[in-house]
Amino acid sequence: MNRRKFLKITGTSFGIGALYQVLPVAANGQSHEFLNFLGKENGERPTPFSFVQLSDTHVGFNGPPDPLGTKAFEHAVDMVNGMANKPDLIIVTGDLVHDSEKPDEQAARMKLFREISSRLKTPMLKLVPGEHDAGLDGGQMFRENFGETSYSFDHRGVHFIALDNVSRAKPEVGPEGIAWLKKDLARFPKTAPIVVMTHRPLFDLKPEWEWFTSDGDDVMNVLAPYENVTVLYGHIHRDHEHEEGHVKHYAARSLIFGFPDPEKTPVDQKKPVAFDKENPFKNLGIRVVNEIPGKRSQPTSLEINDVELSLREYNGVVGIQQLLKDGDM
Amino acid sequence: MNSLFKKILPLLALALLASASFARHDDASPKVIELKAKRFAFVPGEITLKKGEPVVLRLTTEDVTHGLYLKPLKIDATIEPGKTSDVNVTPQQTGKFVAICDHFCGAGHGNMHLVVNVVE
Repeated sequence: MNRRKFLKITGTSFGIGALYQVLPVAANGQSHEFLNFLGKENGERPTPFSFVQLSDTHVGFNGPPDPLGTKAFEHAVDMVNGMANKPDLIIVTGDLVHDSEKPDEQAARMKLFREISSRLKTPMLKLVPGEHDAGLDGGQMFRENFGETSYSFDHRGVHFIALDNVSRAKPEVGPEGIAWLKKDLARFPKTAPIVVMTHRPLFDLKPEWEWFTSDGDDVMNVLAPYENVTVLYGHIHRDHEHEEGHVKHYAARSLIFGFPDPEKTPVDQKKPVAFDKENPFKNLGIRVVNEIPGKRSQPTSLEINDVELSLREYNGVVGIQQLLKDGDM
Repeated sequence: MNSLFKKILPLLALALLASASFARHDDASPKVIELKAKRFAFVPGEITLKKGEPVVLRLTTEDVTHGLYLKPLKIDATIEPGKTSDVNVTPQQTGKFVAICDHFCGAGHGNMHLVVNVVE
């Protein structure tokens, strides 16, 4: 099956799951060949798996409003380690640390992030910088500690792209980054399952709160031809879903403090949600993404589960497994 | 003397014309609003503009590099230490807008903003 034939067969849109949905080929015994084709094109044959997104841990932040420091991050680590269904990989979408003007202090915060994240029992931890990690020094210290700020890799047939939209100090990817993205995607068919990990939203969510990427339209133009793209990002410290064309955007909660709903807040009143002593982890949480195997009649899809860290878990009253059960994971 | 007068008369006339021309240009010059950026505020923190009236925002920074970004008014400037950046603005819509510093400048960067009121 060459690409031309494949495209002719599939026509337009099919997502991760649509890989299975498209298998009219299954009826004539070509599903194996089809998946092998995608595997060859994408570097790996697609198979189901799950992964976890953490975001905005802001190690080094010392309230207000949140006096808990790294406690939410550390509890999230315990929560992930307690999951019955182990994720294949864990991604952190930026603001690993809260910035310090003193390089030694910034380095100490990155070291502490590394210590806490090293407790994650995962074979793969992938990081993206936020502006607090890379905005003051162009990403130099991030690179020294964690590696490149933009990169890509393939996992079980899904192409993951870490896209830096912070280290130029302004909210932008920049022409070099966009050229890199084009080059990175060039080898993939338009049907390839793609997950973009970035820090700021790639669309104008709330520019007055710096919830945007100024050249986000250029990025989306590069991604537009691809029929199965999911963007996972952080920065806004709250859940948000947005769909544009073939692309779905999901924002993750933070592990330090929440921001309010911008639609219900005066535009010049961007302030963290007040700390609630009775519910210290309110608005904080983790995201679990499951790739759900599809059937011929129902496509495979990404299932997004946002799980709020709870007081029960904080107190250890109920325990992680119960929390996970409540979280429908 | 007459000869000297005849010689300098055209020069005097030119000077007068130039002066008048300069005065007219000066009258038509857009209003200049000086804005200073510093971590993590703009001073002043709120300005009022008139719809359709051109103004120049004269931007300087007291410390590090900052930005000034306000998409609805097409403002996108970088303010570098030791330099003055002039931004020409002619607001075409009324309302209350919030411009931000879009050049990361430190821990309080997220709340560094300038309120811009545009009135009739």
